[in-house]
Amino acid sequence: MYVAVKGGERAIENAHRLLAHERRGDRDVPEVTLAQISEQLSLGVDRVMTEGSLYDRELAALAIKQARGDMIEAIFLVRAFRATLPRFGASEPVNTGEMQVRRRISSTFKDIPGGQILGPTFDYTHRLLDPQLAEGFVPEQPATAEAPQTPAPRVTDILGRDGLIESSPQAEPDAPVGDLTREPLSFPADRDLRLQNLARGDEGFLLALGYSTQRGYGRNHPFAGEIRFGDVEVEFFAEDAGFAVPLGSIELTECQMVNQFKGSATEAPCFTRGYGLAFGQSERKTMSMALVDRALRARELDEEARSPAQDEEFVMSHSDNVQATGFVEHLKLPHYVDFQSELGLLRKLRQEFAEANDTPELREAAE
Amino acid sequence: MNAPTYNFAYLDEQTKRMIRRAILKAIAIPGYQVPFASREMPMPYGWGTGGVQVTAAILGPDDVLKVIDQGSDDTTNAISIRKFFGKTAGVATTTSTTDATVIQTRHRIPEAELHAGQVLVYQVPIPEPLRFLEPRETETRRMHALAEYGLMHVKLYEDIARFGHIATAYAYPVKVNARYVMDPSPTPKFDNPKMDNCAALQLFGAGREKRIYAIPPYTTVVSLDFEDHPFTRYRFDAPCALCGADNSYLDEIVTDDRGGRMFVCSDTDFCEQRQAAGHHGTERAAPHKEKAHV
Repeated sequence: MYVAVKGGERAIENAHRLLAHERRGDRDVPEVTLAQISEQLSLGVDRVMTEGSLYDRELAALAIKQARGDMIEAIFLVRAFRATLPRFGASEPVNTGEMQVRRRISSTFKDIPGGQILGPTFDYTHRLLDPQLAEGFVPEQPATAEAPQTPAPRVTDILGRDGLIESSPQAEPDAPVGDLTREPLSFPADRDLRLQNLARGDEGFLLALGYSTQRGYGRNHPFAGEIRFGDVEVEFFAEDAGFAVPLGSIELTECQMVNQFKGSATEAPCFTRGYGLAFGQSERKTMSMALVDRALRARELDEEARSPAQDEEFVMSHSDNVQATGFVEHLKLPHYVDFQSELGLLRKLRQEFAEANDTPELREAAE
Repeated sequence: MNAPTYNFAYLDEQTKRMIRRAILKAIAIPGYQVPFASREMPMPYGWGTGGVQVTAAILGPDDVLKVIDQGSDDTTNAISIRKFFGKTAGVATTTSTTDATVIQTRHRIPEAELHAGQVLVYQVPIPEPLRFLEPRETETRRMHALAEYGLMHVKLYEDIARFGHIATAYAYPVKVNARYVMDPSPTPKFDNPKMDNCAALQLFGAGREKRIYAIPPYTTVVSLDFEDHPFTRYRFDAPCALCGADNSYLDEIVTDDRGGRMFVCSDTDFCEQRQAAGHHGTERAAPHKEKAHV
């Protein structure tokens, strides 16, 4: 009975062996391949890359496989690997205005230069389970058309030309990029660190917080100005070469929310912005992120911050699911030393209570 | 695939340097919580990542490492962390408190007196002693800066008013070097006096909260109390059932569902050393021993 409490080296080894066995499942069923996960569970891979802060489909697929489909565990695996990677530097800022758009919608205008492109989306599907998909279903080839030659400028840039939306703050080109994985976070945090925190933050947590702003807890009147998903080029300024060299392209989803306007005696009223960005196709994540980003700008925009989504310390300290799951689950570790201390105190207090109130049963039980 | 390769004691040298700088600052300002850029470790936050990073940063090839959890060398997480360093640093490990040069601990301070040259590394979940009185970091940092600790004394006073005692049994707050109020990590308050004027260097790592703090050797550490309600240790009033010690912190082992229980030393090394020296309690078994590998 004591052994069960203390555990031991052999118990750990055996538990790991059993885990590997359970992970494999029925050995008569073929094993899933990383390519299958990457190709057929691609949105899961996108989420693991986004919250894991590492753009590597193969490693994310491996993490999902190793984690038996537990997304937070997979994100954790990727993060732990990422922490050991050397840093060569920061890329040039990506230009999402030049994205090779695969999907792009705006809810604020009927039509926009470059057009509304529905792309691959669950939107407007009827959520009926499809028995055809159970096995061997070969979908039709997608419809194709000539790629449009017209550029697709960002909707917020179109609004910005008329001054209808606040201008996007421009970063100092020579200022170092904030990185909360390299420097400890302190409060108040600037928007670059807030956005980094939100980009790594748990999708479910941000979804709930974003939703809470829509229900009146820090309402900010959002419109989905634009959501775009596609490929963008990543460039790195090579000191040796003296110019920026392309590293490759990555898939990104960007959401620009257009929010309630502000103005004052000296400033003409204009819309404000909320911003979301994630790897792969992650629309729920980027929309939630944009809502929370806007809510967290309360201080900067002189709004009264009264709701959880507007509270920077609250949001940023609790958004990280790897931190959250670790601390919640650490309650599984033995705590019997502290518990013993509490138990001793409680027994003493109960005994004193019993003596003061002269209840012998309680006194006996306390002793 | 980008196959991983790892450095001595897992962390890269740049990260170790960053942690060492934080440690040096912490030693220079006893009890002050130094923010550091805590890394994601291959074990979960809350499972000792702060302690592991501190240990990884100070460990050298000649060090002898001991890892305890709840005072015991053979609790699952202690084994897991010891194996981690055995694997990534290849250092010698021990269960002997005296032989170890670095001791990583969770929730206990060993019973045997620590000696000069040793380092005790604590795993810390919530480094901020004022956190449950004031949840905001911006506020608590200001309170520390101004040494504004009235809130803590009010809390302790309210305990006395309500219960007749200070109702904190573990993570009992201390004042270090007559300046900073510090959380000793969730050790039972029985262990608090061992921190005072200790010959060993005491380092505290909180990974999730990204803080490191320290008590240099021979530093004054005082448990907070009142003149008319002085600090008292708590220990269950019984000798250890295995070694008969009457001065060690005890685990309560429930032996049946009819109220049966026994009390044994929480510090397994201390208990085993005593048994080896011929001390015995009422029970002769060593029930925490695992069966040997086959």
